[in-house]
Amino acid sequence: METYNIVIVGVGGQGTLLTSRILGHLALAKGYDVKLSEVHGMAQRGGSVITFVRFGDEVAEPIVEAGQADLLIAFERLEAVRYKNLLKPNGLVIMNDERIDPMPVVIRQAEYPEDQVAQLEQEVDVVRINAREEARKLENLRVFNTIILGAASRIMPFTEEEWEAAIRETVPPKTVDINLAAFRKGREFRREAKVANPQ
Amino acid sequence: MSEEKKLLLGNEAFARGAWEAGVKVSSAYPGTPSTEVSEALATYDDVYCEWAPNEKVATEVAIGASLSGVRALSTMKHVGLNVASDPLYSVVYTGVNAGLVLLVADDPGLYSSQNEQDTRMVARAAHVPVLEPSDSQEAKDMMIRAYELSEEYDTPVIVRSTTRLSHSQGQVTLKPRQVPEDKPYVTDIRKNVMVPANSALKHPLVVAREAKMAEDGSTMSDLNRMELRDPSIGFITSGIPYQYIREALPEASILKLGLVNPLPRALIEEFSAKVAQLYIFEELDPVIEEQVKSWGIKCIGKDLFPRVGEYSANLLREKILGQTIEARPQAQIPARPPILCPGCPHRAVFTVMKQLKLHAAGDIGCYTLGAAAPLNVIETTICMGASLGTLYGMEKAHGPEYIKNWVAVIGDSTFLHTGINSLMNMVYNGSTGTVVILDNSITAMTGHQQNPSTGKTLMGTPAPQISIKKLCEAMGVKHVTEIYSFDLKDLKKLLKQEVERDELSVIIAQSQCVLLKDNPPIRHQYKVKADECTKCGACMRPGCPALTYDEDGKTKINDTMCNGCGLCFRLCGFKAIKMVDSVVEVI
Repeated sequence: METYNIVIVGVGGQGTLLTSRILGHLALAKGYDVKLSEVHGMAQRGGSVITFVRFGDEVAEPIVEAGQADLLIAFERLEAVRYKNLLKPNGLVIMNDERIDPMPVVIRQAEYPEDQVAQLEQEVDVVRINAREEARKLENLRVFNTIILGAASRIMPFTEEEWEAAIRETVPPKTVDINLAAFRKGREFRREAKVANPQ
Repeated sequence: MSEEKKLLLGNEAFARGAWEAGVKVSSAYPGTPSTEVSEALATYDDVYCEWAPNEKVATEVAIGASLSGVRALSTMKHVGLNVASDPLYSVVYTGVNAGLVLLVADDPGLYSSQNEQDTRMVARAAHVPVLEPSDSQEAKDMMIRAYELSEEYDTPVIVRSTTRLSHSQGQVTLKPRQVPEDKPYVTDIRKNVMVPANSALKHPLVVAREAKMAEDGSTMSDLNRMELRDPSIGFITSGIPYQYIREALPEASILKLGLVNPLPRALIEEFSAKVAQLYIFEELDPVIEEQVKSWGIKCIGKDLFPRVGEYSANLLREKILGQTIEARPQAQIPARPPILCPGCPHRAVFTVMKQLKLHAAGDIGCYTLGAAAPLNVIETTICMGASLGTLYGMEKAHGPEYIKNWVAVIGDSTFLHTGINSLMNMVYNGSTGTVVILDNSITAMTGHQQNPSTGKTLMGTPAPQISIKKLCEAMGVKHVTEIYSFDLKDLKKLLKQEVERDELSVIIAQSQCVLLKDNPPIRHQYKVKADECTKCGACMRPGCPALTYDEDGKTKINDTMCNGCGLCFRLCGFKAIKMVDSVVEVI
C-alpha cells in the first residue's frame, strides 16, 4: 500500500497525542510500517500543535509535508485553516466545530478569521462536527477527540473491530467504555466517504 | 524469548537500549526534547534513575557510577550539555571503567529551546565520539553500541538525537536485558586524577584514540553504511535527514553515517570516488562538510541547504530535483503562540508586576511566556539561572537606583538548577535587588518532573523536601517572604516594598501548577453577571485564554477552558464576576 498520510492538528492540551497513538497502534497491529511524529514541551502550552501519522508498506520520514496529507483531522477551526497547505489536492478534512481564540484575538489585535474557515469548506471536502456538544451529551467533555476519530475512521482501511481493539489497548483502562461510546457516536457522522478508500 | 515489536518514541527507544545494555545508574535534568528518556528508563526494573538538580551534577553522578564499574547514563538537551561540559571535557581524558554514555538531544527548528546549537561542534571540541541514529530501532541499537565503544576505546560516548527523532515513533524489536558483570574498581591515580602532570600524559592518548577511532570507523559497517544505487548522485548524511533523502530521492546513493565524530575518512573517500556529484546533507552546522572539504573532496552542502532549522524531503525536491511543491498556499491567519494555561499562577504574579510597571530579568520555564503580549513583563532570557546574574549586573553597572523598578523572575526548579549560585553572588557582593521565585511545586514546562523542592523522586519515592525559603535565609538573605500567588493585594504591597528596599530580598510566590494531577488545589467555578459588567476590561488585561467577549462586548467565561483560579474575579472592581458554589475539575 502506498503510504497514507494523516495530520492531526489542534490547540495544545486538546489530546492530539492520544489520537495519533491510537492510529499508530492500529496500523502496527494490521502489519503496516508506521511512523508518528509529535510535538512536546513549550509548543504544547495552548499553542498550535501538529502530529503526523504515516503508515504503509515502507515509511521513511516521520513527517507529512506540504501537499501530502490524505486526511487532516482538526480539533479546532482556525487550526484546520492553518494547515490546509499540507493537504493533497483531493485531501479530506474532519473538523471539530470549535473555536478557541488565539492570543492575538483574545487581546483584540486580530480577528478570528471565520471567513477563511468558510473559504476552506469551499476549497476542500470538510466534515464539520460539533464534537464538544456530542461529548457533552455523553457527559464527558474530554472524549470529543474520540468522537472526531470515529468520524475519521470511516475513510480509513480498518474494520470497526480493529478500531475498537486499538482503543481498548491505548486509552487509560478506566476510560475504555466512554471512549468506545464516543467512537461509535463519531462513526454515525459519516456513513459514506466522499474520497476513495486508500486500500 | 520471542521477538516482540513495539511502536516506540525515539526517546523510549533510547531508554530501552540503555536498559538492554545493562545500564544500572542514570542521572539527568529534564529538558525538551530529551526528558522522556529518563522517564521511560525509570519504568524498568533494576535501573536506578534520578533527576539531579542540573546536568553537571547528573553527568558527575554517571561518571562516578562508571568509574565504580557499572554502565551509566546521563540524558540532557543540547544546552544542558553546556552545563555538563566542564566534567565532560575532562572525563574524556580520564576515560571510563564501565561504559559511560551521554544522550544529548538537539533542537533543529527551535521547537522548545533558547538556541539552535549543534552538539557535534561541542563533541569535536571535547574530542568525544558521537553516534547518531535515524529512527527508533537505531536509537535502541546505537545506545547498546555506544556502551561497547565506550568500553573498547575507554571514552565517554555521546548519542545525539534531535527533536524529530526523539519525538517520533517507529517500530522497534525488543530484546532481553544483558547486564555485564560489574567491573572492579581499581585505584589508578594517573588515570583518574586530572592534575596537570597526569593530564599532560593523557592528552596525547586522547588525540591518538580519536585518530584510531576515525580509522576503525571505516570498517564499522553496522554504524556506517554505504548504500550504492545511482552513481551519478551521492549523499553523505546522518540522523533524520537520511529519511528525507530516502523519501525524496530513493534512487540516490547514500553514505549513511552512524559515527559522526570522528568521521571515518577512508570510507568517505571511498564513497566520494564512487559518485559523480556529492552532497552533504546535514542539519545545522557544516560539521561533516567542512572536514570533507578539508580533505580535498569536492562536495556541495551549505551553499545549497540552510544552516538553520529543520530539513525536509520537499527541500530536496526543490533544491535537487527543481520541483515546485504543489500545495495550497499557506493561509494568512493569526498566529497561535504558546501561552500560560488558564489558571496559571504565573499570570497572577505578572499581572501585579505589570500594574506596578516593573521590568523583569527572566529565566527558562513556562514563565518565560511572561515576555509575550499582553503581559510583556519579562525583558531578558538567556539560559537556565541567568535572571539573577543579569539583574545584578545591571545594578553593578549603574548602582542600586537603576534597578528600583526591576526584579529577577525564576522558577523553583530553575532556581535550584543554577539560580542558587547567582543568589550566593548577590549576597556576597552586596546586591540590593529583588528576586521573585515562582514556586509552582514542579518542573512544569518539560511536563511535570520532580525536583529537590517537590518531596518526590523520579522513581516515585518520597524525598526530603528542600525548603527554598530556608535555603535563601541560610545564605544570608535577610528578607525572604512566602506569599500565595493569587493574593494580589498583598503581593502588590510586598513587591513595592521590596524593590524600594536598599537590601537584597527574595519573594517566593507559591501556588501549584494548575495542571498538577496529584492534589489539585480547590478551585471554584465563576460566572459573569452580564448586567453588572461595565466592559472596563480589567479582567481581560492578563490575557486569560478562558475569557472572551459576548455579543455586547461584555466578558464571557468559557467554562470548558476555565480552571477556576479566580484571577478575573479578583480583578473585577464591580463584582460582576461571581463565584459559583461548585468545584470544577481541573483539566
